[in-house]
Amino acid sequence: MPACSYACHSANHRASRRAFLGAAGAAAVLGPAGFASPAAARELAKTQKRVLVIFLAGGVSQLETWDPKPGTDTGGPFAAIPTAVPGTRIGELLPHTAKQMKRIALVRGLNSVSPDHGIGEKIMLTGRKPEAGVEYPHIGAVSAKLLGADGQAMPGHVHVFPAGAGGRSQDATFLGPKFASVPVVGGKPPADLFRPAGLTDEADRQRDDLRQKLSDKFAKSRRSAATEAYTESFAQAERVFRKADVFDISKEDPKTVARYGTHDFGRHLLLGRRLLESGVTYVKVSHSNYDTHHENFDFHIEQLGEFDRPFAALLDDLADRGMLDSTLVVVMSEMGRTPKINDRYGRDHWSAAWSVALAGCGIKGGAVVGKTNAGGTAVTDREVGSGHLFHTYLRALGLNPTKNFYPNERPIPIADPKADAITEILL
Amino acid sequence: MLPTIDPTAARVEREFKHASPLVGCRFDLHGRFLFASAQDNTIQRFDLLTGAKTALVGHNSWVRGLAFVGTPANGTGEAAAYAGRVTALHAAAGFAAVTLPGPKPQPFTLVSADYHGNLIWWQGDAADPKPLRTVKAHDGWVRAVAVSPDGRTVASCGNDRLVKLWAAADGKPVRTLEGHAAHVYNVAFHPAGGRLASADLKGVVKDWDVKTGACGRDLDAKVLTKYDPTFMADIGGARAMGFSGDGAKLACAGIVNVSNAFAGVGNPAVVLFDWAAGTSKVLKPKDAFQGTAWGVGFHPAGFVVAAGGGSGGRVWFWTGDDAASAHAVTVPANARDLTLHPDGTRLAVAGANGSALVYTLTPAAPAKK
Repeated sequence: MPACSYACHSANHRASRRAFLGAAGAAAVLGPAGFASPAAARELAKTQKRVLVIFLAGGVSQLETWDPKPGTDTGGPFAAIPTAVPGTRIGELLPHTAKQMKRIALVRGLNSVSPDHGIGEKIMLTGRKPEAGVEYPHIGAVSAKLLGADGQAMPGHVHVFPAGAGGRSQDATFLGPKFASVPVVGGKPPADLFRPAGLTDEADRQRDDLRQKLSDKFAKSRRSAATEAYTESFAQAERVFRKADVFDISKEDPKTVARYGTHDFGRHLLLGRRLLESGVTYVKVSHSNYDTHHENFDFHIEQLGEFDRPFAALLDDLADRGMLDSTLVVVMSEMGRTPKINDRYGRDHWSAAWSVALAGCGIKGGAVVGKTNAGGTAVTDREVGSGHLFHTYLRALGLNPTKNFYPNERPIPIADPKADAITEILL
Repeated sequence: MLPTIDPTAARVEREFKHASPLVGCRFDLHGRFLFASAQDNTIQRFDLLTGAKTALVGHNSWVRGLAFVGTPANGTGEAAAYAGRVTALHAAAGFAAVTLPGPKPQPFTLVSADYHGNLIWWQGDAADPKPLRTVKAHDGWVRAVAVSPDGRTVASCGNDRLVKLWAAADGKPVRTLEGHAAHVYNVAFHPAGGRLASADLKGVVKDWDVKTGACGRDLDAKVLTKYDPTFMADIGGARAMGFSGDGAKLACAGIVNVSNAFAGVGNPAVVLFDWAAGTSKVLKPKDAFQGTAWGVGFHPAGFVVAAGGGSGGRVWFWTGDDAASAHAVTVPANARDLTLHPDGTRLAVAGANGSALVYTLTPAAPAKK
C-alpha cells in the first residue's frame, strides 16, 4: 500500500535510526544526511535488536518478587528462596524465575516518584516525570523508531493485553503514528484483519484504491495528525495481514504451549515471542492485575503463579533461538506496593523504593544494583529513577541516549539529560 | 445452673494487646487460655485467669490454624475459685502490683499450622511452650487444622489442594485426601466422628469418610467464590468453618457479592448447611457492611455467631430461622477470627490492630442501689 501522497517530507519523517547508532560512530544529529554506511547497515541487519517489556499492570509487590523481606513486620508470610546466583534471593512465588537468575539483573533501588497508576505508567515508559508543553514518547515508540528497519514487514510497536485491560495509547506522540503501539487485544489479531470471505485480490485492490483516492481528496483540505494516524493504521493492518500466521499459536509445538500455559498471560507471552521473531521491534505484553489493596498475598499467589513459568520459558526460548543477546527484556510495573500491610491483608500504592528486572541484550545477567533498608521502606544504596532506566535500556541496545529528536525542528533529548545509565548492570 | 446468655448484652470483658496484627485466635479446650497468632510469626498465649502473656516462638511464617488435643474441660470451677482468692488478696493487701500464681492448667497439646506448610506440636499448658515436633505437611500454605472428636487424628489442608490426616500422638501421616481442584481453605471434623468436611477456594465442600478416605459427596458453597474479570483473579473460600455441636449443621463463612476483589468490595456471609440433607441457606448481616466474614461458630444456646472485617470490625448473631442477623456488635478493628469459649459465656476476636478482645455474653449484674 503506498504512503498517502500528503505525507509531509520533513526531516522527521525521513529520520533513520541508523543515525543514532553509537557503534557506527555517527556524530551527526538526525537529518536527511544522517545515514550510516552500508557496512553498518549490514551489521545492523545481522544483529537486529528488539525489545520485550512485560508490564505487570497495577503495581506488582517488590516484596513478593524481587526484594523480599521475610521475618520483618513488612515481609508478609512468604519466604525468600535461593536462586541460581549465590547470595541473591527472590520471593518464593518465583521458583522457575529463580533458576533463570544468571540471565536476570535486578534494580532494587528504584524511586519512581509517583504512586499513581496513570502518572506512574507514563513515568516508567517515558523515563521522565510529566512536563507541561511536551508529551514524551514511550520506550516502545522510541525503540520502534530507532531500531526498526525501513519498510519492515511488521509494525515496530505492538502491545498485547487482555480484553478489558487497556486500549490504544497515544504513546508515539511527536514521533508519529507509524511508531504508535498496535493493540493486540486478548492475543487476537487486530480487528477486521482478515479479508472477508469471497472478496478476491482484485476486488480488494480496487476497494483500497478507492479508499486511497477518497483519503487523498479529504486530506487536501483537512490534513491532520488524526488523518495521518488513520491512514497509518491501514498500512499497519496490511503489513500485519501478510503475516497473520504469527497470531496463531496453535502452530507451536503443543509442548511449547504447555510450557507457557494456556492462561491468558502464557498465551500472550508466547505470542510476544512469535511477534519478535516475525520482526516486530518492540512488544509489550501486559499481565493483569496486581493492584492488590485487599488480600495481597492470595492474589500474588495467583498472578505470579501465572507469570513465573512462562517468563522462564520465554528466556529459555530466546536463548535457544539465539535471540537473547539481541533482545532486551524488561519486567516492570507502573509502581510497587507499600511495605506496610494494611488491615485487609493488602498493600497499597508505593513508588519510593521498589524493583525492576532486566535481561538479555546488553544486560549483565546476575547483577544486582541498589539496596533497600530492612523493611523495604527506603532506598539505602544507589537510588535510581525511571530516567536512569531509560538511559540503561538505550545503552543496552547499543543506542546513544544523549542524542535528540527534532520534532518541528525543536531539539528534544531522547532520554532525560539529568539521568544516565545504570552501568553496573550493563555489559 | 447455666448462666443466662444474651447476645445483645455482649461487651468487652478484656483486651489482650500485642504489637503485631493478629491473624487467628482460639480458646483452648479447657478455656484457660486464649491463643492468638500474629503477623510476627508468633503465637501469643494469654492466660484468662492471670493475664500473663507468653510467646510461642517456632514458626517462620504466619499461623492461621490452631487446634487442640486433650480432654475437654471438666468444669472444676477453678476460675471462680481463683477469682475469689485474688479478691481476698486485694482486700487484704490493696490493689498493688501483687499477683497470685494461677492454678496449674490442665494438660493439652496445641497443633498449629503455618503458611510455610508446617504443622507444629506444642505442650500448650507448659510454662514456656517450645515446639515438640514439626511436620512438613503441605507444599505452600497450610490454611487450617482440626482435631477429631476422639483426639486421635489431626486434619490439615492447604494450597497444594490436599487434605491430609495425621496421627495426633506422633505426627505420622495417616492418609492423603485428593480431589479438590483449588486451594483448600478449611477443614472440620463432624462431632459424631467418622466424617470430615473440607472447603476450597471455588466453593466446593467435600464430605469425606475419615476411615477410608472416600469422598461421599460434594456440597455447593459456590456463592462464596467469584472470578473477578476486571482484575482477573479468584476470590473466595471458606475463611472459617465449623459444625454445630449436634452435627446437624455446617457453617462456612466468607465473602459474597464481590464487585471489586482487589478493594474487597463485597459482603460477609455464612453459608449454613443442613448436613444430612445437603441443602443450604445464606446468612447475612442485617446492616450494610462491606467486608469478609473471617470467623464463625455455633453457640450451644442455639445461635450462629460470626465475626469479620473490611470497613471496620463486627460480630454478628443470628437467632431462629431469620437469614438476617438479629444483633451486631462493632469491633474497634477488623476482626480476623472468632472463637467461642467452652463455657459458652464468652467469645473472642483477633483484631487487625493487634488486640484480642474477649467479649462476655452474660448480662451485666444490675447496679446496687
